[in-house]
Amino acid sequence: MKQEYIITVFSEDHIGLLSRITIVFTRRKINIDSLTVSESAIAGVFKFTIVIRETADRVEKVVGQLEKIVDVLKVFANTNDEMIYQEIALYKVSTEFLFDSDEVEKIVRNSGARILEVTREYVVIEKTGHSNETQKLFDELNAFGVTQFIRSGRVAITRSTIERLSVFLQERDAMLEQVD
Amino acid sequence: MATQRISGSEAVIKSLLEEGVDTIFGYPGGAIMPIYDALYDYDQEVTHYLTRHEQGAIHAAEGYAKVTGKVGVCFATSGPGATNLITGLADALIDSIPLVCITGQVASPLLGTDAFQESDVVGISLPVTKWNYQVTHAEEIPDAIAKAFHIALTGRPGPVLIDIAKDAQFAQIDFEYKKCTKIRSYLPEYPVDPFQVKAAADIINEAKKPIVLFGHGVVLGGAEAELKEFVEKTGIPAAWTLLGLSALPSDHPLNVGMLGMHGNYGPNIKTNEADVVIAIGMRFDDRVTGKVAAYARQAKIVHLEVDPAEINKIIHADAPVLGNAKKSLRMLIDNVNSNSHQEWLNEFRACDKIEYDKVISHDIHPKKVGLTMGEVVRIASEKTNNDAILVTDVGQQQMIASRYFKFTQSRSNVTSGGLGTMGYGLPAAMGAKIGRPDRTVFSMSGDGGFQMTIQELGTISQYNLDVKIIILNNNFLGMVRQWQQLFFEKRYSFTEMKNPDFVGIAKAYGLASQKVTSRDQLEGAIQEMLDHNGPYVLEVVVEQEDNVFPMIPTGASISDILLEP
Repeated sequence: MKQEYIITVFSEDHIGLLSRITIVFTRRKINIDSLTVSESAIAGVFKFTIVIRETADRVEKVVGQLEKIVDVLKVFANTNDEMIYQEIALYKVSTEFLFDSDEVEKIVRNSGARILEVTREYVVIEKTGHSNETQKLFDELNAFGVTQFIRSGRVAITRSTIERLSVFLQERDAMLEQVD
Repeated sequence: MATQRISGSEAVIKSLLEEGVDTIFGYPGGAIMPIYDALYDYDQEVTHYLTRHEQGAIHAAEGYAKVTGKVGVCFATSGPGATNLITGLADALIDSIPLVCITGQVASPLLGTDAFQESDVVGISLPVTKWNYQVTHAEEIPDAIAKAFHIALTGRPGPVLIDIAKDAQFAQIDFEYKKCTKIRSYLPEYPVDPFQVKAAADIINEAKKPIVLFGHGVVLGGAEAELKEFVEKTGIPAAWTLLGLSALPSDHPLNVGMLGMHGNYGPNIKTNEADVVIAIGMRFDDRVTGKVAAYARQAKIVHLEVDPAEINKIIHADAPVLGNAKKSLRMLIDNVNSNSHQEWLNEFRACDKIEYDKVISHDIHPKKVGLTMGEVVRIASEKTNNDAILVTDVGQQQMIASRYFKFTQSRSNVTSGGLGTMGYGLPAAMGAKIGRPDRTVFSMSGDGGFQMTIQELGTISQYNLDVKIIILNNNFLGMVRQWQQLFFEKRYSFTEMKNPDFVGIAKAYGLASQKVTSRDQLEGAIQEMLDHNGPYVLEVVVEQEDNVFPMIPTGASISDILLEP
């Protein structure tokens, strides 16, 4: 059965690595629903957060192939309920809706969104949450007319109490010593 | 070590020397000219072979790597030079061949401008390299090359490509070389886990009808002696994949033959009767398994494998043993009981008898008028005391040669397994001969594959490479034709070939040659080829519509292997 998985790839900082990672998915015709890349808490180590819908079996194989990449340190795959995750969305609506009625203001308040910027012409609203939540806000605002909308890729953090990569790096050092 | 002020190009050559390279295959061009200019001063230390096409260079490097166990090195220029390497890179990746390919690139300020002979080689080669890297500063050269060799040769080997911008080739650097032995993000092999070994040994010790399936990992891991010791101690029949061929001598009493689509009858059907399957350095390729859902379902699977991604990829392993085959087998030998499985082995021999009567005798001792590929292979093998290196191309001759050629030492079978690259044979044979000048090297191709890289006759002639070249000519793309006959109602869609006068072509290249069309000429011609001092092209005209059997049709179970159409 297919379900959403969050795949976290920790890697060295190396040009071309993004392509090397994405071709593992494209080769198997797996669509990447969301992708976020940034430097991790460990300097020089980059973190890719990739969201796909797949079966557990296919996810396991993809993880195996990703870990084969020379510059990849470690890959984790988790289901949504194993992680805490958020996306950020920005919405632009015409300022007149704010003045015409208090509906837009109510929607913003009720959804826990906030207003980032107000000009004479437009208002930019920001909301963080899961994609169904940011989508719900979009649908509500779009009843008035959303002129621009953007949603980020997912960022996710584990529910574990330890930094998984730090543990991994210690174990790896020990293993590298052992195979000499 | 004291540093020296030298150009990036000279640093490339010096780095290669530091890695023990003495042989390079390549083809120069604009963007790699500074490296070739540096090479000019090192003709005492390095022999460079100018091939006739970059594909020839990389297949030669593969052949060289396969027979020597060393890293094959090849050079190509930017753009088309580099893109001509792609087939070879894909071939080397899927067959785990250690290569370091160095390509020239346009000067770094021109990158991304569609400059003359610019192509995105790093991008194009991403899916077909184990690792690749673009050098734009000369200072990066020694470390990039050191890393390339470490990655290419360790763990599960594979091809690496280093793309060097022309300005980095010209720039001066302080050269200092340090070999790479460790990369944090790269664990070449897992240390063998004694608990995994114990679990595997327990299964093996309980087995009543075990079978060993060994592959390329045995050769790559240098585990031939351990494989032999393991099967002799346990008495377990051992069958090989196409790339495992020659890791165990053909005449070894426990060698029960070839697995897969055109493999032997016994090991295929017995895989589905075994209670324990011990896979060593093999990856359950679809040509080996046939229909996966009907493959070895009754058996417990022990899988010795260096690449963690191969465990459970196709077949679930009940007892995986991660790590280098030599180290794993060493530990396994110490944990298994001495045993014999004579009755079980006799069942294989009974299968051999059936196969011999129905297929093999007709292939290698034919009574019909036309020549068969099988008899050519048999005679070539016999006349070299089963001790030659055999390099095959792809197709019917590859399967026939793998079935009937006999081997006494490892690293003697060179073929394109995973990718099935037609045109591989002739250039790979050049590399094999250069790597092992002391041994007889056969290049065996069909008329189709031979013409894909026929231009390498020029290289063979220029360097007088003593390759014994056999063209098995049936004027067809034989394997495709066989499938058309069996599965497409004999609709021979574009498989018939009008061929050139191969002897005439060989002679034009200054090579000794002859053509054989009848049985009474065959043995003498092969003897003449072997007696000839230097390269020789022997064209053998064989039956047009012979088929390779046994055969497991695509999608069928290995139990349903056919001995005849």
